[in-house]
Amino acid sequence: MQVRSLFFAAYRDALGTGTLDVDLPEGATVGELVTSLRSRGAPFDRLPKAPAVAINHDVVRGDARLTEGDEIAFLPPVAGG
Amino acid sequence: MSPSARDQGASGYRIAIVRATIDPAAVLALVGDRTDGAVLLFLGTVRDHADGRPVGGLRYETYQAMAEKELNAIAGEAVRQLGTDRIAVVHRVGNLAVGEVSVAIAVSSPHRAEAYQASRFIIEEIKKRLPVWKHEQYVDGEAAWVRGWTLEPTEGAR
Repeated sequence: MQVRSLFFAAYRDALGTGTLDVDLPEGATVGELVTSLRSRGAPFDRLPKAPAVAINHDVVRGDARLTEGDEIAFLPPVAGG
Repeated sequence: MSPSARDQGASGYRIAIVRATIDPAAVLALVGDRTDGAVLLFLGTVRDHADGRPVGGLRYETYQAMAEKELNAIAGEAVRQLGTDRIAVVHRVGNLAVGEVSVAIAVSSPHRAEAYQASRFIIEEIKKRLPVWKHEQYVDGEAAWVRGWTLEPTEGAR
């Protein structure tokens, strides 16, 4: 299955990209997506091991399962207001 | 700034994430009612320093669709907890100069206690929950992303 990863702010700057489509086995979790990305090596190993992640605009835990077409956002600590 | 009809929640509150300058009077004009005896406006503005370091300006970045959803949720919680739906919240993103308004929160209610509580609740929740990031540009020419709050999983999310 394919999911779309979005990277914001410091993560986008570290990776040099804001969007990445990733192929994963069916039933993969958020944690497995993070591990898969980090295993690509530089610069992806600059992502934290357990970043805050939203699936389709909801922040989820690392054990949340992904489904085809999900929008997965990697969210650095926020500083609005 | 003029939050559009599509940003209007079912119970009357208004929220918006905008790139243009915020007009505080326009935000204030979105609240108020004959039954209200208190009208409160909070403005967050860009400071000229951070941890003692002179700041020349800021850039706010957002995840727009999620930020609108989250701001709607925060305003809705304030309505349910404090019993007034005369609430308007506007957050600006993009490049801001020192002194400019980054966030405006207007609340009106029959008595002042609810207005103060709602305003305080909303700004504190924005700080903790809104997917907005602040890139500080220092007067010495350097710039950095401000390290803020780590987002917590949504209850009942997947």
